[in-house]
Amino acid sequence: MNITNLLRIALRALANNKLRGFLTMLGIIIGVASVITMLAIGQGSKRSIQEQIAEMGSNMIMIHPGNMERGGVRQGASDMQTLKLEDYKKLQTETRYLAAVSPSVSSSGQFIYGANNYPSSINGVATEYLEIRQLSVQSGEMFTDQDIQASAKVCLLGKTVVDNLFTGGEDPVGKIIRFNKIPFRIVGVLASKGYNSMGQDQDDVVLAPYTTIQKRVLAITHLQSIFCSALTEDLTEKASDEITQILRQDHKLKETDADDFDIRSQQELSTMLSSTTDLMTILLACIAGISLLVGGIGIMNIMYVSVTERTREIGLRMSVGARGIDILSQFLIEAILISITGGIIGVIIGVAASYGVKIIMSWPIFIQPWSVGLSFAVCTITGVFFGWYPAKKAADLDPIEAIRYE
Amino acid sequence: MSKSIIHLENIRRDFIVGDETVHALRNVSFSISEGEFVTIMGTSGSGESTLLNLLGCLDTPTAGDYFLDDVPVKLMGKAERAILRNRKIGFVFQSYNLLPKTTALENVELPLMYNPGISASLRKEKALKALESVSLQDRVMHKSNQMSGGQQQRVAIARALVNDPVLILADEATGNLDTRTSFEILVLFQQLHATGKTIIFVTHNPEIARFSSRNIVLRDGNILSDTLNTSILLATDSLAALPKEKD
Repeated sequence: MNITNLLRIALRALANNKLRGFLTMLGIIIGVASVITMLAIGQGSKRSIQEQIAEMGSNMIMIHPGNMERGGVRQGASDMQTLKLEDYKKLQTETRYLAAVSPSVSSSGQFIYGANNYPSSINGVATEYLEIRQLSVQSGEMFTDQDIQASAKVCLLGKTVVDNLFTGGEDPVGKIIRFNKIPFRIVGVLASKGYNSMGQDQDDVVLAPYTTIQKRVLAITHLQSIFCSALTEDLTEKASDEITQILRQDHKLKETDADDFDIRSQQELSTMLSSTTDLMTILLACIAGISLLVGGIGIMNIMYVSVTERTREIGLRMSVGARGIDILSQFLIEAILISITGGIIGVIIGVAASYGVKIIMSWPIFIQPWSVGLSFAVCTITGVFFGWYPAKKAADLDPIEAIRYE
Repeated sequence: MSKSIIHLENIRRDFIVGDETVHALRNVSFSISEGEFVTIMGTSGSGESTLLNLLGCLDTPTAGDYFLDDVPVKLMGKAERAILRNRKIGFVFQSYNLLPKTTALENVELPLMYNPGISASLRKEKALKALESVSLQDRVMHKSNQMSGGQQQRVAIARALVNDPVLILADEATGNLDTRTSFEILVLFQQLHATGKTIIFVTHNPEIARFSSRNIVLRDGNILSDTLNTSILLATDSLAALPKEKD
């Protein structure tokens, strides 16, 4: 018996039992639709986190002092003074993989403007810091290299700080605010970036020349950290190695000495967060997969009923010349048709539901093409797997008994 | 003597029920030639159903040889026998066994669906011809549940004819029909016989034997009698003799 005839027979059998076929299909439809929707939600949140990291600068590398021992005594991070201004200069001149380098020193305290005050921290950086953190100036302008050389008392404010200090809505550019009694002239306001994926307010920031903070606020000569950005995200690792090399040489560390600094890249953070969302995606997909399995069992159940109900038909087909393999393929194709049709409808509903979630709940979703292909393949396999046993039962019937079955 | 279609030699068929062996057929031998219309009779339990299953290649004997159209059936596997049934035998059952919610045409086409050598167009042509030969050419697209018992049985006969079998096997084919319709079906069988078809008709009804050319009676798994019928009744006459039906 050829495949067209088999398909015709299977389609006719399904057409004779439309409601039953549809209810059986429903299990598969729900299974496939939920797999696709769950994966879309999982992948969507992964994407959105990756995008936020990219916004923060996915090629960003942070260098902190670390792991220094003095005579066997470990030092606390704030006491460590291993990062020097020379390190920053060296990195600037010797690097091949870095696009920008900026030192960073910060101090927290109270900002005062008129009757308003607001606690935050002031960050002493170089002009490259804007590029590294992907910040932009909304109004006014960035301080200049001359300001850095002169240790000028100028600053840029983030939106949160502006909102808290300038409650009257006046333009902060050109105004003088005070930080721990030191007056700073505001030269610019940063564009708002909102909250990042870890819930930190990225607008709660004040930037000033690092020299100003070093000399006039903290009275230190070392650096608290150095921010760099690699040329591209892919070069982050090479850049980190290069930094290690330069800093070790600069710090005159012996082969056996441990690094007295600590390098962290956004890529590591990105990997960590991705693995969290991946886990979530897997969990969601597992739950959805279980519903697909339940749908498959539904097919098996209904195919068993169908075989029993059509015992006489099977007997007749055998007596007019159907071989076991013909009967087996007939019922198998019926099961596969149910699961494939259910799969197609499930894909459509799953995609629609994903966009529904996006529109109604405004969650980020992303439908990965392979997730559609995968769930479709799984439901076809489900059809074959769960259709096999009932079909085998039908094929093994004794024609003599089947034809006289009441 | 014309060609032998069926040749049975010392056929035995035992069934094991629990720890007891039931001898359904003990020692049956006979031959049936091309063009014969044979009735096989016997009371329930005489082995007539077992014999029918063997003749129809649905079952194989425990001992003895069976040749259908010179093909030794005994050595064949399940799938081979299925193909043999498909090419050489047409079945007509007591309860018609038509596919539900399916047109007469599709029911008749069914055996040809299992013959990959026959194209869809040839299949339809043959099925229409078979339906015509049972005078159902105007019921082609009727579904099985839209037809009377007699019409359904005629569709079943057309289905048995469609593959040009060497043998038509009828199992109590008039058992579910009223007297008038039974005679109509018998007329059809006699017409088929007249065109040279070989027919075996298994029945409990001794009256039917009078319309056939030969009658084999079974009892307890043995052949009790095997007689040629010299004065064959014509079913058309019996049909005409029936009182007119009130409309």
